[in-house]
Amino acid sequence: MNDWPLWEVFIRSQNGLAHKHAGSLHAPDAEMAVKNARDVYTRRNEGVSIWVVRSADIYASDPGEKEELFEPAKSKVYRHPTFYKVPEEVKHL
Amino acid sequence: MYTQMVEAVGEQNGETAQERHFQARIDAGQTIEAKDWMPEGYRKTLIRQISQHAHSEIVGQLPEANWITRAPTLRRKAILLAKVQDEAGHGLYLYGAAETLGVSRSQLVDDLLAGKAKYSSIFNYPTLTWADMGTIGWLVDGAAIMNQIPLCRCSYGPYARAMIRICKEESFHQRQGFEIMTILSQGTSEQRAMAQDALDRWWWPSLMMFGPPDAESPHTAQSKRWKIKLLTNDELRQRFVDQTAPQADYLRLKIPDPALRWNASAGHYDFGPIDWAEFYNVIKGNGPCNRDRMRARRTANDDGAWVRAAATEYAQKRKAERAA
Repeated sequence: MNDWPLWEVFIRSQNGLAHKHAGSLHAPDAEMAVKNARDVYTRRNEGVSIWVVRSADIYASDPGEKEELFEPAKSKVYRHPTFYKVPEEVKHL
Repeated sequence: MYTQMVEAVGEQNGETAQERHFQARIDAGQTIEAKDWMPEGYRKTLIRQISQHAHSEIVGQLPEANWITRAPTLRRKAILLAKVQDEAGHGLYLYGAAETLGVSRSQLVDDLLAGKAKYSSIFNYPTLTWADMGTIGWLVDGAAIMNQIPLCRCSYGPYARAMIRICKEESFHQRQGFEIMTILSQGTSEQRAMAQDALDRWWWPSLMMFGPPDAESPHTAQSKRWKIKLLTNDELRQRFVDQTAPQADYLRLKIPDPALRWNASAGHYDFGPIDWAEFYNVIKGNGPCNRDRMRARRTANDDGAWVRAAATEYAQKRKAERAA
């Protein structure tokens, strides 16, 4: 048995929300991938929209370089509102 | 449904710095993802555990499929169809999780069809009456849930996420089974007898689903350390008995174990010895339906070959049309 290409499935659970990764499946083409995704990942009304992307087309960050990649954000605590002191008597800030 | 009896591959001594770092991540409750470094033993044990689980879902469709055309009402037929379709879906989620570890789908399917891969021993028993549909949902899916809920917290991300989806869907499986048992046990004397007979036949094989006793499962410690097994076989089995015995009382059915009784000082039910010779015999391929199940899988694969070939051909044709 030969494998069909692998597809990553993204589902929008309701209007107004972003598509979220649900899982993967094999299918000969994009059309069949959407049809299969309907049966595999939305048997209980989990979705209103499906995206499929060939897994081979996803370029991912390297887990080994996680530290270097995300460190710059970690050291910038002043980007969060909780970094700042607000006097108790001041409202709407 | 479920997996059993996977032994960890690899050794604990002589750890490298990389292995110690990996273990520290697990001890800290971090989730391991597909592209992270992992010891070969962890990868191999997971491939075996997840693929056995996937095969169990796929083969697990067969005992129940046996009753789809003979379900007593349209409501029951629709429920059973949905349940069997769920099992196919669960198999697919799990094959997908196994593939993230670098094994191909075709390899996994070929191993099953060649008889090289194991699946849960429970599916090698026949479904003789309608009450078996109730008992499978109540006991077999009940045992599966007992095993799977802790796995939602296992260390390997893709497996844990598949487990969460499966557990959400599995709950209906157990309830529809218990509903069948409730109706039969409140029915005519023949229906009560049918329910009791099914319980008599499925009780011990259900307890065997949790795998051999801890004393005979030497690699449990490694799997626990890696958090791909969170409770031991005996711990899960005890929980299952404690949960199920009062449910049988409610149904006024008798669990076929003369030694079964509440032990107030232990806070658990005591139960009698399990016939492990039967278990090992079924695992080796000599259960009542092993050959039948494999034949059904191979026939399904052969009969579907033209559909797969046509789909591949059609995809090629469409691609060529678009290119033109």
